[in-house]
Amino acid sequence: MTEPSPLRERLLDIRDLVVQFEGRRGTVRALDHVSLHVNAGEILGIVGESGAGKSITGAAVMGLIDPPGRIAGGEIRLCGQRIDNLSPADMRAVRGRVVGMIFQDPLTSLNPLFTIGQQLVETIRTHLALSAAGARERAIALLAETGIAAPEARFDQYPHQFSGGMRQRVVIALALAAEPRVVIADEPTTALDVSVQAQIIELLRRLCRARGAGVMLVTHDMGVIAAACDRVAVMYAGRVVEVGELAAVVRRPSHPYTAGLMAAIPSLGKRVQRLAQIDGAMPRLDAIPAGCAFHPRCMQAFEPCSVRRPPLVRVARAEAACWLHAQDARNAP
Amino acid sequence: MSGQPLLVVEGLRKDFVLPQPWMARLAGAPRRVVHAVDDVGFEIPRGRTLGLVGESGCGKSTLARCLVGLHAMDGGRVTFDGTAVTRASLARGELRRRVQMIFQDPYASLNPRWRVGRIVGEPLRVHRLVRDARELEDKVASLLVSVGMSPADARKYPHEFSGGQRQRISIARALSTQPEFLVCDEPTSALDVSVQAQILNIMADLQQARGLTYLFISHNLAVVRHVSHEVGVMYLGRLVEIAGRDEIFERPRHPYTRQLIDAIPDPAALGTRRAPIRGEVPNPMNPPPGCPFNPRCAHADERCRTERPRLRVHGASRVACHGVEEGRIDILPAGA
Repeated sequence: MTEPSPLRERLLDIRDLVVQFEGRRGTVRALDHVSLHVNAGEILGIVGESGAGKSITGAAVMGLIDPPGRIAGGEIRLCGQRIDNLSPADMRAVRGRVVGMIFQDPLTSLNPLFTIGQQLVETIRTHLALSAAGARERAIALLAETGIAAPEARFDQYPHQFSGGMRQRVVIALALAAEPRVVIADEPTTALDVSVQAQIIELLRRLCRARGAGVMLVTHDMGVIAAACDRVAVMYAGRVVEVGELAAVVRRPSHPYTAGLMAAIPSLGKRVQRLAQIDGAMPRLDAIPAGCAFHPRCMQAFEPCSVRRPPLVRVARAEAACWLHAQDARNAP
Repeated sequence: MSGQPLLVVEGLRKDFVLPQPWMARLAGAPRRVVHAVDDVGFEIPRGRTLGLVGESGCGKSTLARCLVGLHAMDGGRVTFDGTAVTRASLARGELRRRVQMIFQDPYASLNPRWRVGRIVGEPLRVHRLVRDARELEDKVASLLVSVGMSPADARKYPHEFSGGQRQRISIARALSTQPEFLVCDEPTSALDVSVQAQILNIMADLQQARGLTYLFISHNLAVVRHVSHEVGVMYLGRLVEIAGRDEIFERPRHPYTRQLIDAIPDPAALGTRRAPIRGEVPNPMNPPPGCPFNPRCAHADERCRTERPRLRVHGASRVACHGVEEGRIDILPAGA
């Protein structure tokens, strides 16, 4: 694991982001004061169970939150520029050019009626001033870079002629077409088999290092996080409960939810008679408990947990939002 | 293990004939056939769990559906508790009572227009296992309690429950006829990890309490290692290796098994470099000749490309690999 240097350029900076959905029965808060950042050349993993707000975080960065959803607070900065308040036209210039996106399902994110080449050339020429021939050359180079054999021949084929893993490589090539500084990858390997999943993770890591891009990798799979990321943020009920260096979060989780999540995963390495389980389920977004959202399921909950929301405080090489640690921090000199 | 195994599968085959364009049919083109399950055999002793792993398209779900009679077999023999499973024996209903199935998708496998009580109670009514409505209600209530739900949940509809709770309902329904054998096709794949742990724990408790036998199908090797006594690995419709759980994970023999285990990202094994498997699963319509894994195998030679390997005993395992049989491939502990 490379040590992320504190001097590295901060490409993506999310501060106190609040995303709300207005519904008939009131307002639902999908993201509640989320703060995260991604540095150049690093992969930040965002992990959590369904409904934790991981994908919404990615969508907010891409400017893809549609009404009735809206960004109700906080800010998103991309390479220093604020992007959460851009007009749709200005955002279109940023999307694809400065920040690229890789979606979960490689079949639905490609247009079945156009060849791979047409789709790549269109994307490249939208963002870069290149001739048709230059764009074609660049598209073929991108296909080769993402590990597609015989890219010249594949250039004129349609998506259905590609296998799932190959399609995901094409989607990655599309996301990288305009050399974005930041890439949001939303469950990029979930639809793929394990053998292919490992290849795609390897590819993401290599491209991230080679180009110095920042990657935000959204997934529910702790295994993918462990294989791919430098830092990881754990989300629960629309909040970041723990964020820090991969080894710190995975090996010595500070938040009881992270610890429970790690213990619940069956592992090839260590055998247990019985899996540890977190009883209950994540709260619905319209019924998030007061105080710490996790406290009704937490074995270690005590008085402040049901009253006040814990702030993110530094714990060893990570930050955790838990009163167990916030108390320590306050008592420390 | 003493006594006869509860389930014996020998040479099971299932083919699917693909539709041809009518022009091709008129021109007399040969039928295109996919051998979804090709000569698969194994046994499961009573009260044990056989885990079956493999990537998508390897035939594990087709195999499961053959065992419960949702697909007709095209060859081979399945014997359940000494009785051959055939169309006729299935039609008598007794086998259907003793063999039940849990499906992957808890959203698709429960009728959204039925209340939970009716869903869980239906097998009881179909098999005439209850005398009256009162007894039905009592049985449904105790089934719901046995999977950690409340008797009051019987009056609700499936949409009122989360994915994990729905999977509990599926398990309650499968248990209603007091089966001895449960075929579980990716029962936790659609669930979040904390919920997956709850379901796996319930299944383990039920196996203990009722002496259930499971066929547990999953693409997740870590889950399979956790639940199984024995593990089989499938590739392109064939069983390539089958052995006791610890044997297969600690001393995997088949190159595919080894690479599959290496490919799994494991949070507990942080920082270890993994070697991804080369290439992808070939199109099952057009499998390579010889060993189906040969195009992706570093050890493949001429024999592998022409002659199909058969499952043979090798130490404590059974493996279908020429390289292992000839001693060309060293058997090292996993991860070495």
